[in-house]
Amino acid sequence: MSEPSASSEIDLHARQVRRFRLQDMFFHHSTKVFAFVVLAALVGILVSLAIEAWPSLKTFGPAFLWTDVWSVPDDRFGALAAIYGTVTTSILALLIAVPISFGIALFLTETCPVWLRRPLGTAIELLAGIPSIVYGIWGLFVFAPLFAEHIQPPLQELLGDVPLVGGWFAGPPIGVGILAASIVLSLMIIPFIASVMRDVFETVPHVLKESAYGVGCTTWEVTRHIVLPFTRVGVIGGIMLGLGRALGETMAVTFVIGNANRINGSLFAPGTSIASTLANEFGEADPGLHISSLFALGLVLFVITFIVLAISRWLISRSMGSEGL
Amino acid sequence: MITINKLAKGSLAVAMGLAFSVSALAADITGAGSTFAYAIYTKWAEGYQAKAGSKVNYQGIGSSGGVKQIKAKTVDFAGSDAPLSEKDLDEAHLVQFPTVMGGVTIVMNVPGIESGKLKLDGVTAADIFRGAITKWNAPAIAKLNPGVKLPNLAITIANRSDGSGTTYAFSNYLAKQSPAFMREVGAGNTVNWPANSVGGKGNPGVAANVEKIKGTIGYVDFSDAVKNHMKFVMLKNHAGNFIMPSQKSVADAAAGANFKVRGMAPDLLDQSAKNAWPITTATFVLAYEKGADAAKQKAVVDFFTWSLNNGQKEAAELGYVALPPSVVKMVEAEMKNIK
Repeated sequence: MSEPSASSEIDLHARQVRRFRLQDMFFHHSTKVFAFVVLAALVGILVSLAIEAWPSLKTFGPAFLWTDVWSVPDDRFGALAAIYGTVTTSILALLIAVPISFGIALFLTETCPVWLRRPLGTAIELLAGIPSIVYGIWGLFVFAPLFAEHIQPPLQELLGDVPLVGGWFAGPPIGVGILAASIVLSLMIIPFIASVMRDVFETVPHVLKESAYGVGCTTWEVTRHIVLPFTRVGVIGGIMLGLGRALGETMAVTFVIGNANRINGSLFAPGTSIASTLANEFGEADPGLHISSLFALGLVLFVITFIVLAISRWLISRSMGSEGL
Repeated sequence: MITINKLAKGSLAVAMGLAFSVSALAADITGAGSTFAYAIYTKWAEGYQAKAGSKVNYQGIGSSGGVKQIKAKTVDFAGSDAPLSEKDLDEAHLVQFPTVMGGVTIVMNVPGIESGKLKLDGVTAADIFRGAITKWNAPAIAKLNPGVKLPNLAITIANRSDGSGTTYAFSNYLAKQSPAFMREVGAGNTVNWPANSVGGKGNPGVAANVEKIKGTIGYVDFSDAVKNHMKFVMLKNHAGNFIMPSQKSVADAAAGANFKVRGMAPDLLDQSAKNAWPITTATFVLAYEKGADAAKQKAVVDFFTWSLNNGQKEAAELGYVALPPSVVKMVEAEMKNIK
């Protein structure tokens, strides 16, 4: 009497184990599929960009990268002006945004009164949620006129005659241009960099900081010798996140960069970026070389972003090694 | 028996009626293309739906996008600011006709000069827009404007940064006036503006740049210029008169043109009528000569027939210029080829 029931119990148990194993396997495979879908999408985008860009790449060869002619009427295209605008605005934006974000993060974690921390932190995060078109409209209608009226003339007066640097501030002060785009971009990436920095600064163990204060360090010394070395990886990550966003930003830049396909030594002059050229010209692009060159520009942006990401991974892994973390 | 038979017949008739009304309702049509025409086609679609009950869905994806779509047979009609050539129409078996017109105006922001107080001729305008004249007090401008106090101010050109039919018409007009402009800047949807130019996205982008930057000269659609209260430049036309852009001067340009050609797309630029605005354009509709779906083909004809006869007031309100009645008649005749 007991035998069959025991065997059925074992059966039941085995069946349950089998079911669990099936579930595990299903779970494993479905998550694997999800992960690979992302990879496939990435490869797919790269491949389709390359296919569409091929006629242009075949016609212009690698010189596409260092030619600064972008002439739709006679079908000659080169990416240099757009690459120059993209890289210049992004780097300038970082130069402005990193020190400010650092100050914000430091204030929030070290010297800010506790009651102010939360509202201030939330306000900065909210800045990150403003759609980029709003920054663009504000940049064009509010910032650029003010910039042309009150900031560009004094800048020109102050630095216009300084050798080397003077050329950066030459030309009529019309507001929109490379510098205006850089400043608007910096405003857009500050919240990203600042909130990442704040989060990683908060991970520094209190014991470390308290002991440093204990031996008589100033706030700056604690930041310089305790907080920064401890959080280097996160800080670099935050900056790279900002850079990635600046490189690909489209609408806000399109509004304020001045959209002129040429390289001018002056930062006051209108320029163009890869993303803004795409936004401007895709809608009514002529079939053939024009549209293919736009795809090639997209491919270039893809590669630049990829390189930035690779460098940041490398920096992070290197600093992790030296910290022994 | 008789009653049952009657009932059956009746219900059959009702069912058939239903089927008909359903098919009439189902002839919703889709169009895509010109962004310039977007505002008026959607306005007309509203009115047409209220009257005929069928929907017209129009997407402003850009003229070249519209042409691509109709050649790929994914839409029922396309809008394009740049007309197709006879050869293209024959190859793709398409019918083309104009719907509304517009003018491209030259606008400026020069301190001390009011709207309509500055006069330019085609060659001088071309010299300004190719960067050969860079100061507002240049002799060439002064010669056309005796008595106007021109400031010693650098000229900044405000152009469209996005490829557009407005740039297409404007650059083609200037290229006609000056071979140097054709050589250096070119003619098309996107051209090579000189070093003192700044690009804005869309008509509103150009309007903003002209408004905000002192010493700018730019070009925008007539409707956007009116909406933004911009300062017009008077332009010398083919007949030698200086013309202010207006609904009437644009309509005058069309009245003198010969629409009796395949594709109904005469060159409206620099027309010789006495008061014609020189930079006049039209926007066109492309439809299939023989469509797969007869109901949809009929709906396209119905929609534009209704719109051209009932929608001219809306067109004027939105800043477009209506086709002259004689041209509307010709369009109606042309639409007979849509089967």
